[in-house]
Amino acid sequence: MAAKDMREPIESGCPDPWQYMHPAMRKNFGQWKYHEHPRPGVLRHVAYSGDEIWTVKAGTQRILDVFSLRKLCDIGDEFADGFVHFTLRSNIEYMVTDETRVQPLINALEEAGFVVGGTQNTVAMISHTQGWLHCDIPGTDASGVVKSMMDELIDEFKNANMPNRVHITTSCCQINCGGQGDIAINIQHTKPPKINHDLVANVCERPSVVARCPVAAIRPAMVNGKPSLEVDERKCICCGACYPPCPPMQINDAEHSKLAIWVGGNHSNARGKPTFQKLVAAGIPNNPPRWPEATAIVKRILKAYKEGARDWERVNEWIERIGWPRFFEEVELPFTKYHIDTWRGARASFNSSSYIRF
Amino acid sequence: MAIEKHHTPMLDQLETGPWPSFISGIKRLRDQHPEERINSMTNDLLGQLEHSYETRKGYWKGGTVSVFGYGGGIIPRFSEVGTAFPKSKEFHTLRVQPPAGNHYSTKMLRQLADSWEKHGSGLVTFHGQTGNIMFIGADTPATQHFFDEINEYGWDLGGAGPCVRTAMSCVGAARCEMSCTNELKSHRALVNNFTDDVHRPALPYKFKFKVSGCPNDCQNAIERSDFAVLGTWRDDMKVDQDEIKKYVKTKGRQYIIDNVITRCPTNALSLNDDDSIEVNNRDCVRCMHCLNVMPKALHPGDDKGVTILIGGKRTLKIGDLMGTVLVPFKKLETEEDYESMVELAETIIDFWAENGLEHERCGEMIERIGLANFLDGIGVEADPNMLSHPRQSSYVRLDGWDDAAEQWFERQAEQQAAAG
Repeated sequence: MAAKDMREPIESGCPDPWQYMHPAMRKNFGQWKYHEHPRPGVLRHVAYSGDEIWTVKAGTQRILDVFSLRKLCDIGDEFADGFVHFTLRSNIEYMVTDETRVQPLINALEEAGFVVGGTQNTVAMISHTQGWLHCDIPGTDASGVVKSMMDELIDEFKNANMPNRVHITTSCCQINCGGQGDIAINIQHTKPPKINHDLVANVCERPSVVARCPVAAIRPAMVNGKPSLEVDERKCICCGACYPPCPPMQINDAEHSKLAIWVGGNHSNARGKPTFQKLVAAGIPNNPPRWPEATAIVKRILKAYKEGARDWERVNEWIERIGWPRFFEEVELPFTKYHIDTWRGARASFNSSSYIRF
Repeated sequence: MAIEKHHTPMLDQLETGPWPSFISGIKRLRDQHPEERINSMTNDLLGQLEHSYETRKGYWKGGTVSVFGYGGGIIPRFSEVGTAFPKSKEFHTLRVQPPAGNHYSTKMLRQLADSWEKHGSGLVTFHGQTGNIMFIGADTPATQHFFDEINEYGWDLGGAGPCVRTAMSCVGAARCEMSCTNELKSHRALVNNFTDDVHRPALPYKFKFKVSGCPNDCQNAIERSDFAVLGTWRDDMKVDQDEIKKYVKTKGRQYIIDNVITRCPTNALSLNDDDSIEVNNRDCVRCMHCLNVMPKALHPGDDKGVTILIGGKRTLKIGDLMGTVLVPFKKLETEEDYESMVELAETIIDFWAENGLEHERCGEMIERIGLANFLDGIGVEADPNMLSHPRQSSYVRLDGWDDAAEQWFERQAEQQAAAG
C-alpha cells in the first residue's frame, strides 16, 4: 500500500454497548427482580418497574455466512425491535417485551433452520476452537465434531430435562482454547513430534522452543551438519507445545493423534468451588467427517448422568457423590494406569482415606 | 465465469442432520453470492478443508500481518497447499472487539456484513473463545481496507499474541437479577485503559480480563482469565419469606430440604417450622446456589462490590491454574473506585512484564516466584481470604514473623479506626 493511503488507526478499543442495547434493557439496567423459565429456549425477566423481557435463545452454525447473519437480522427486525445479544457459547438471543411476539419469533427462527433452546437444564451449544478451517496447529476439525455431535444431541438442546445444565467443549489441540466443560472432547497426541531437520534452523528460534517444553525433553543438536533440535522421546509427553513455535516439529498425526474425553469441569461457584475437567477416555479415533466413536461415548456419559444425577447436580457433583469407580462402571469405560495423574501436585488427587464405596 | 467446484464428499456429509451446517453456509457463499471473488475464495477454502478431512492434517501456517500502526489483532493464515487452492491461500482472521456484554443492533450487524463481503470472505463468528468477533478470511491488502472502513464507524481490533487480549463480560445488569456490579463499565474501564498493550504485543504472553456479575461466573473468569472480576455482596442476602413459603408449598418440604438446605456448602441455611428460612449470613460464602433455585425469593444484598482473582489460565505450560483471590471485596461505586481497580491492573501488568519469563502467564509467574513475593512486588498485603488454608510445610524462614505480626495488628487497628 502506498504511504499516502495510510491512515492512523482510531484506537477506540471496546465499543460502548449502550448504543446497541435493547431499550427495555437500557431502561431497567440493574433493576431486575427475578426471572422464570416458561419453556426451553425462553426466559422471562421481570423488573422492579413491572417491565418484562422475554428472551428467545437460538443455536446457529456458529461460523456464519453473511446470508445467515442477514437472515438473523431480518428476524430481529421483524420480531425483536432490531436488537440482539450473543451468548458466551455463540447462541443468539432476541429480546421482546410482549409475550404475543414470542411464538411467532420462535416459528420464524425454526422455519429458517435455527434451533430454539439452550436455556437452563439443557445440553448447551458446544463451544469450540477453529480446527482445520482456520487454526495453525489443529489436530482435528472442532467445527465438524460439533456439528456431528449437535445433530445427535439436538433434543437435549431443545428440551431442558437434564439434572442441571451441561456444558460441552471441544478443542483441536491439547493447549485447549476450547475451555473447561462438564464434558470436553479434546485432541490427545500419542507420539512425539516428527522433526524435519532441514527446516528447523531456518524456521525456529531454537532457545524459545527448548524453553517451551514442559518436561525439558528438547535440546539443541546438530543433525546432518545443520543446527536442529532433538527430542528425548522417553521424556516427551506429546503435548505439542513445541509445534506452534516450530512447525517442523510436526505433532499432528493422521493415525496417532486421537481424541480424549474429559469430564467434570465446572466454572460456577454454586454449591462448590470451580473445578477442572478430568480424563475419562482416550484412544478414540479422530474419525472425520462424523466422529461416531466420540459421540457414542459422550451419549453414554450423558445418559448415565441424566439417569443417575439428582436435581441441580452438575456432572462433577454427580460423580463426587457416586464416586469415580462407579462412574467408570456406569459409563462402561475402562480404568487404566493412565488415569493416574503424573503432573506436579498429583498426590493431592490420591485417596488418602478409607473412603471407599462398596 | 462459472468456477470449477471442488469435489467435497466428506464435507457434504456434514450437511446432513438437523443442526445448522457451517458447510452449507460456506457453500451458499460459493454458489449464491453475486461476487465471483467470494465464490472462488470459499470454493478453494472448501477444497482445502476437504483435503484436511481426507488426510487428517491442518494446512494453515502463521506469519506476520498487521494493519498500519498496530502490531497485532490479526491472525495471519497462509496455506501450505496454496498451489492447489490459490484463491484462499491467504485467509487471515481479523479479531474485532465486540461491545461489552455482546449487545448489537441489527443495523450495525448489517453494516459490518456489508463491509465484510466487500473486502473479505463473508464468513464471521460471534464470537471466538477469547471474545472477539472473528472475521474469518481476508487476503493481506483486504485486512487493511476492511479495518480502515469499520474503524471509521466505531470498531477496533482486539488482541492477538503476547498482549492484553480482548475482554469479556456477561449480560449482567442489562438483564439479570443476580448482577452485583456494572459489568460493562468494569470491562471497558479495564481493557480500554490498555489499548496500547492490546494493539502492540510487548508483554511476556497473553493477559486476559473477564467480568462476571455474580459468583455463578457465566464468563468463566476464574478459570480463563488472568484478571477476574466477580460481582458479590457483603451484607445480608435478601429474603422474601412469603415467596419462600409459596415455593415450599409448590415443591414440598422434602424438595426444599434436599435441594436447598442440604446443598448449602457451608450449612448456613435452615428451614423453620413455619416454612420460612433462616440464613446465617456470617457463614454464607455467596455461592449462589439457593438464589439460583429460588430467584423470586432470594436476592443479593445491598452492599455490592466485586472480588478480584488473579492468574487463571488453561493448560500450557504448567497445567491448569485457577485464579487466586487477590482482593476479597472492593466497592465499585465512584469513578475513584474504578480508577483504583485499573491502577491495580496496571501495577500487576507492570510487575509481570518486568518479572515474567517469555511465554509465561501471570499465574505461572506467581507459581514460580510464590504468592508472597508477588504480593510484595505489587504492594498488596496478605489476607487469609487468599488461601484455602495456611501453609502446611514447616520448611520456611520465620525471622520476619514478629514484624509481620505487628503490622497485621496495626492494619487491623487502622481499618477499625477508618470504619469508625
